Amino acid sequence: MIVIIDYGMGNLRSVQKAFEKFCSNVIVSSSAEDILKADKIILPGVGAFKVAMDELKKRGLIKPIKDSIEKGKPFLGICLGLQLLFSESEEGGKIRGLDVVEGKVKRFKEKNGLKIPHMGWNRISLKFKSSKLKVIDGVEDGSYMYFVHSYYAAPKDKNVILCETDYGVGFASGVHKDNVYGFQFHPEKSQSAGLKIIENFVKL
Amino acid sequence: MLTKRIIPCLDVKDGRVVKGVKFLNLRDAGDPVEVAQFYDREKADEIVFLDITASFEKRNIMLDVVKKTAETVFMPLTVGGGIRNLEDIRQLLKAGADKVSINTAAVKNANLVKKASEKFGSQCIVVAIDAKRSSKDRWEVYVHGGRTPTGIDAMKWGKIVQKMGAGEILLTSMDMDGTKNGYDIELIKKFSESLNIPVIASGGAGNMEHICEAFTKGKADAALAASIFHYKEYSIREVKEYLNKRKVRVRI
Repeated sequence: MIVIIDYGMGNLRSVQKAFEKFCSNVIVSSSAEDILKADKIILPGVGAFKVAMDELKKRGLIKPIKDSIEKGKPFLGICLGLQLLFSESEEGGKIRGLDVVEGKVKRFKEKNGLKIPHMGWNRISLKFKSSKLKVIDGVEDGSYMYFVHSYYAAPKDKNVILCETDYGVGFASGVHKDNVYGFQFHPEKSQSAGLKIIENFVKL
Repeated sequence: MLTKRIIPCLDVKDGRVVKGVKFLNLRDAGDPVEVAQFYDREKADEIVFLDITASFEKRNIMLDVVKKTAETVFMPLTVGGGIRNLEDIRQLLKAGADKVSINTAAVKNANLVKKASEKFGSQCIVVAIDAKRSSKDRWEVYVHGGRTPTGIDAMKWGKIVQKMGAGEILLTSMDMDGTKNGYDIELIKKFSESLNIPVIASGGAGNMEHICEAFTKGKADAALAASIFHYKEYSIREVKEYLNKRKVRVRI
């Protein structure tokens, strides 16, 4: 069973539909029990970092999420879901995250006519060979993915960077640490290249 | 580098595509879901549904269309037309829209933009501005599908909604819309250079050169077009190849 965590933010339907293309047992849930029973967990999300952390806390989901990650269940954070994996964010002050991956979430700097949010299709450059890491198996280096975000994650340990994208700065558009994966772009909105990642994750 | 986006827009009334989309190879060219699937295959960068359903009772049909589209199309979907409040936005996002486009309701109550972006995130709040030139370098905001003048200066309004938390501006020139004579480049350029959020150029695209100009001269982040795609005058791919040759970065 794949559980998509519902903490009241963002459009989960398209995430669910994308996973259902490859797996018949996908549920959207905000119950700790479901998260603990899940084989694989997705943390999606759009919106503000602080609100998201507050919502997770309110629903008592932080501990089940961390416990599941510790147990080694494949875990995928998408967009804000990737950012929440980090230690802290400067969005709305200095807010603590789940602290699964060490590092900070920062805002893009408005300079040289750079528009914020970073919205649209941009390339990813893979830091792993796609044949070496199952989640990106068959994903071409330089593939275009769909992004919508104003903040980006800066991992302390550069070895966790799965792929990078250039938007004024080179930033980590994908991270990987053991059983944890995070993507800043929306694989569920990135047509065939994104769906490939979802398929790979389902098959992990 | 971020690429420039090409966005086909469909007018949908009572759940059906209007302005007669004339594709070959479509079982039902009036079905927005099928048309969206077609553009997904064509690698459009996003798609916009503009709901022009007049009667309030029939508005739920759009939710159903959005649901069905989100089930089969894995690209960003924006829905606009007739959105009045947070509940309308919530329902559309829940049905599977990635962004909503607000126009008249934002002019009536700018606070809606603020509340919506706080609640759902700026990334999904597009403010649509219908602008009509009133003098050499001034444009006025129109509402109700371009029928009602407001007296509001469009550029000022753009800055206000940016401050209120809009994630993007869908900027339509009322003067050029439907003419196929090209975008109002001066309008687009003024907005693109004055705002920090992305600007989608709309109104007037009649050929590939027009789309190219929206990017090279107008500095737009995305270009929206309807009839030139619907009538298959140009395919999305053709337009992108044209742009690519002219050094406009696009996803091919």
